[in-house]
Amino acid sequence: MSLRLAKRNMSPFAGRLPMSEVLSSLTQRFPGATTAWASFRDQERVIVSRERVFEILKTLRDDFHFNMLVDVTAVDYLEYEGARDRFGLIYCLLDTESGKRLVVKTMLNEPDIDVPSVTSLWSGADWMEREVFDMFGIRFAGHPNLKRILLPDEFTSFPLRKDYPVQGRGERHNFPVITRAES
Amino acid sequence: MPLELLDPTSPDQAKREGIWQLNFGPQHPATHTTLRLLLTLDGEKVIEAEPDIGFLHSGFERLAEVLDFNQYVTIVDRMNYISPMANEIAWHHAVEKLLDVKLTPRTTYIRTIFAELMRIQDHLLCVGTCVLDLGGMTAFIYAFNEREKIYDLCERASGQRFHTSYTRVGGLMFDVTDDWVQGVRDFIKNFHKVHADVTRMVMKNRIFIERTQGLGVLTKEEAISGSATGPIARASGVQRDLRRDDPYLAYDEFDFDVICATAGDCFARFQVRMLEMLESVKIITQALENLPAGTVFAHQADKEALPNKAEVYRSIEGLIHHFEMVMPNRQVAAPRDEVYAATESPNGELGYYIVGDGTFRSYRARTRPPSFIHFSLFPQLIRGCQLSDVVAVLGGLNIIAAELDR
Repeated sequence: MSLRLAKRNMSPFAGRLPMSEVLSSLTQRFPGATTAWASFRDQERVIVSRERVFEILKTLRDDFHFNMLVDVTAVDYLEYEGARDRFGLIYCLLDTESGKRLVVKTMLNEPDIDVPSVTSLWSGADWMEREVFDMFGIRFAGHPNLKRILLPDEFTSFPLRKDYPVQGRGERHNFPVITRAES
Repeated sequence: MPLELLDPTSPDQAKREGIWQLNFGPQHPATHTTLRLLLTLDGEKVIEAEPDIGFLHSGFERLAEVLDFNQYVTIVDRMNYISPMANEIAWHHAVEKLLDVKLTPRTTYIRTIFAELMRIQDHLLCVGTCVLDLGGMTAFIYAFNEREKIYDLCERASGQRFHTSYTRVGGLMFDVTDDWVQGVRDFIKNFHKVHADVTRMVMKNRIFIERTQGLGVLTKEEAISGSATGPIARASGVQRDLRRDDPYLAYDEFDFDVICATAGDCFARFQVRMLEMLESVKIITQALENLPAGTVFAHQADKEALPNKAEVYRSIEGLIHHFEMVMPNRQVAAPRDEVYAATESPNGELGYYIVGDGTFRSYRARTRPPSFIHFSLFPQLIRGCQLSDVVAVLGGLNIIAAELDR
């Protein structure tokens, strides 16, 4: 049966470490792996190295209560002024009990843009990682079914990369026309 | 009712007699838009469902890198077009967080009222069409009659019924009139009766209960691990609602309950949706009573938001202000930083991850579409059910293909 919950009276951060302590204990546990952290508009962001990203996410899930993976996405910093790395892979984590959020970011550079898949930690990562692969060409090692999701399998480019033109490269016109009999 | 599978993983399963494949969609009355399911069936029992999506993919996220923060609102409208203004509110909520624009009280109230009207609209569609797919026509007509009234309210406020493009950075396109406020009051007055009718027709209907109860069960752990949010997570017992847990707009000023269920089945999802509509009505009533006076355009002196249209047409200062807001070389510069902001849209957490690069445009704007994430749960929900249950589970998830594919 349905259950009604009134407005919450307790502090949403009760029983949880403050964000600064989460970040400092992460730095202690993974020395050298957390390269930077930033806070912007009350939102914490930590940049971690690609090699340790899976372990760090696992630790955050198991020991720091970040039990939900809200989103996986990427940014291509090719045309971003002052950027040193090509891609930023972003994991938005959420603690569903306290409502705390943490953005974990890892920077990737070509040609080595493989990242371990987190589908074994959160089943919801499946499609999100497929979409990142589809749009950016970032490969997730260990993903059970890494293939294009929104674009057709025959598509050859990664359209959210900044070196892909907004109008496309004429894929639409070059696609083979399938007649009713062939379909 | 889901049946127990004999041995879903046996290697020679495909060779077993009677295993066949069925294309469900892309054009099917129950998909409502275009999505395709490749179903592997044993007789009528679904062994495996493989969603094939992308038919409506139109590169919305790429367009966000070309259009400015005000222009892109016309695109987000077209994502979840069942509740267009909920998308606009979510988009500008994220943009305003990036730009750190403070809204006027009147704007937050009007946006709250619209967000809740959109929730009613979305839930009415979800319940109405699912019942239609399961063979009940009447409740669908009742629900759509109410939806028409909400469209009328949208039209009165913005001039558009469907793709309203009503919000602007730091404000709204126009202020609402007293006539509109009265219109919302009339709608609310009538809505209780319609809600009671639909509840009787749907939630007390034996056929509907038997076709949805115990179907497509999602446990709490699966919901959290699968990133489910909104009514679907709440129907599985995840006690989370951004309106309460991370209040935005004016939600912390109102008194309302968060509706949760524990069953996690298809029926519980409809229960949550039906009761949430009443909570929305509560919020709208409170917001209408306390609707603050004043302007809907924020920070006129700092030129952070568009000016009132009347000023643009009637004064040189207003015209200059407008010019400075729309010309690419004079617009407000967004900070060179990134932000994730989410709102509780009718379908779940609708978030935007925006990267600002010092212009009035996003360098990258990622949409976190609830439909996309909920649809990825579909294969596990339908496994072991009957072919006719596909429609019920699909209806309970409320997949909107335009948001799914973007």
